[in-house]
Amino acid sequence: MIEARGLVQTFLTGQGRKKTEVHAVAGVDLDVAEGEVVGFLGPNGAGKTTTLRMLTTLLKPTAGTARVAGYDVATQAVQVRRAIGYVSQVGSTFSGAYAGDEVVDHAMLYGMTRRAAHAKGQELFAQLDLEGLWRRMPKNMSGGQKRRLDIVMGLVHEPGLVFLDEPTTGLDPQARANLWEHIRGLRDRRGATVFLTTHYLDEADALADRIVIIDKGRIVASDTADNLKSQVAGDLVDLEVATLDQVTVAAERLGAIGEQLEVVERHVRARVPRAGRAVPGLLRDLDASGVALDSIEVLRPTLDDVFLTLTGRSLRDAEGDAPGSPDSSELEGAGR
Amino acid sequence: MTAAPSVSAPTGRTQVDGLEPNGLVRDALIVYRRQIRMNLRNPAWVLIGIMQPVLYLVLFGPLLKPLVGSFDLPTDNPYTFLVPGLLVQLGMFGAFFAGFGLIAEWREGVVEAERVTPASRAALLVGRLARDLSLLLVQALILVGLGYWMGMRGDALGIVAGIVITLAVGGACAAASNALALTTKSEDVMAPIINMVMMPVLLLSGIMLPMTLGPAWLESVSDFMPFRWVTDAVRSTFLGDFGSSGVMWGVTWAVALLALGVWWGTAVFRKENS
Repeated sequence: MIEARGLVQTFLTGQGRKKTEVHAVAGVDLDVAEGEVVGFLGPNGAGKTTTLRMLTTLLKPTAGTARVAGYDVATQAVQVRRAIGYVSQVGSTFSGAYAGDEVVDHAMLYGMTRRAAHAKGQELFAQLDLEGLWRRMPKNMSGGQKRRLDIVMGLVHEPGLVFLDEPTTGLDPQARANLWEHIRGLRDRRGATVFLTTHYLDEADALADRIVIIDKGRIVASDTADNLKSQVAGDLVDLEVATLDQVTVAAERLGAIGEQLEVVERHVRARVPRAGRAVPGLLRDLDASGVALDSIEVLRPTLDDVFLTLTGRSLRDAEGDAPGSPDSSELEGAGR
Repeated sequence: MTAAPSVSAPTGRTQVDGLEPNGLVRDALIVYRRQIRMNLRNPAWVLIGIMQPVLYLVLFGPLLKPLVGSFDLPTDNPYTFLVPGLLVQLGMFGAFFAGFGLIAEWREGVVEAERVTPASRAALLVGRLARDLSLLLVQALILVGLGYWMGMRGDALGIVAGIVITLAVGGACAAASNALALTTKSEDVMAPIINMVMMPVLLLSGIMLPMTLGPAWLESVSDFMPFRWVTDAVRSTFLGDFGSSGVMWGVTWAVALLALGVWWGTAVFRKENS
C-alpha cells in the first residue's frame, strides 16, 4: 500500500539572510502492506506529519520517491487522492456548518453523487456513534464527536488506505479509548489499511500491528511493539527496601542478576532479563539475607525505553528539544 | 531502516455506487453551493457589507448636490455621478475582505481537507469567487436600487454593463484576497496590508470626486491607477456611452485584473504547502 524510498523534505526557516535549512525528513524508507495498522511514532518535530503530508500529496518531496496505493505521489497525485482517506490533526469541517452537509459536500468532491454521499454518510454516522448529529454544527459537538466526524470525512468515499494524523490529540481519556475502538474497527470491520501518526506511546502500543519510530527525520526502528521492547535489556525491577542499612545488601543481590543498577534512597532498581523467572529466586535470596521489602515492582519495557535505547534520549525529553519543529505551520516557503 | 512486509500490488479506490468524474465546473459548483449555504445562514453579513457605500450615498450624496455642476461632467445629477463610483468601491472593498473567511476555513482544516480530494485546484478558488460575485451582485443591485430611489438616472443597458464591469473588478479583488489569505494565513498581517493598498487606490481612483478637480500632477499619477480607468468606464456606461476609449481602457483593465487575480489565486491553491 505504501512504498517510499529515500524520501526527503527540506525547508527554509527564519527570515532574510538568517534563513536556515531544516531537514524535516532526511531519507525515509517505508513499506506498509495491505491490511496493516502502522503506528508512526516520534516526538514533536521528528518529521511525522511532514512525511504524512508527502504521502498524501499535500507536500511535494524534495527528493526520493513514494508510491501510495500503487500510484506515484509526485506524478499521479490525483489517483493517490482518490485512493486514500486523510484525517488531519486540525480537523476538516467548518465549525459553523452542519455536520451532514460537510460530509456530503466532501464526498461529492470525490465524485460521489449526492444520494450516494448521503447514504454513506448516514451509515458512517451510525457506525461511529454520531446518530442524531447530522444537523448539528461541529462547534456544538464534544471533542470526541468532532474527531469521529473527521474520521467520517476521511472514510466517506470508502478508501482502502486511511491516514490518521495524531487522531486523539487533545481528547480526554474516555474519548481516546472510545476512538481507539473505532480505529481498530477500521481494519477489523472495513479491512482498511491504517497509517497513524502519534506521539503517545500507549496509543501506538494499543493500536498498531507494527510501529515505525522516527527521530530527527530518520526512521530508527520498525517492528512489532513486542519485538521492539525485546531489544531493551530486560524488565525493570524496583525494590523498596524497608530500612536504609539493608540497601547495600539488596543492591548486591539485585546487581547479581541484573544490569544498569541504580540506587535512590531506599529504592534499588535494575534491568533484569526475564524478570518473571528471576524474581522468585531473588526474593528467596533477600529473605535468607534478612532484607525486608516494603514493596516490589516489575515493569515491562515501554516504547519509551525502546526510544531511549535507540536514541539515547527519552521520548518525553525529546518533545522539548525538537529542532525547528518542521511539522508546525511556521515553515516559510515551499519545500525545495 | 525498514521492516518490510510485502508491498501490495497497485490498488485503486474501492468503487462506490454513483461515482461521477471530477471536473472544474462540477467541483466549483460543489464548493460554491457549500459557500453560499454558509452565507445564507448569516444573511446579515450581506447587509453589513453594503453599509459603507450606502452611508456614502445617503450622507455624502447631498454634499455633492451643489458642487456637481462645477465638475465639468456630462451629468449634473450627483447620484448618477456617485453611484458608479460607489459600485467600484463596493467591488474593491467588499471583495478584498473575502479572504478573511478563507483564513478561518484554513485554520479549521477545511482547505487542507479539500486539497486532499481529487477536486480541481482551480475549482476550489472558482467556487469561492462565484460566491463572492453572487454576494456582490446582490449588494450592487441594492445600491443601484437605492440610488435610483434617491434620484439617480441612467441608461438601463449601461447600468447593466457597469455592474458587469464591477463584478469583473470584484472578482479580481476577491481572487487576490483569497491568494493573500492563504499566503499570510493571518488576519493580523492581512488587515494592514489591505489598508495600505486600498487607501491610495481609493484616493486615486476618483470614486468620490473626479480626479480632474485636482492638480495636474495628481491627475497624472492617477493615470497609472487601473481602478481610475475602471471607475471612469462605469460612469460612462451609466450615461449610455459604450464606445469611448475610456470605456475600452476600463474594460481592458477590469478583464486584465480579473485574469491576474484568478491566476494568482489558483497558483496559491495549487502550491504544495499552502
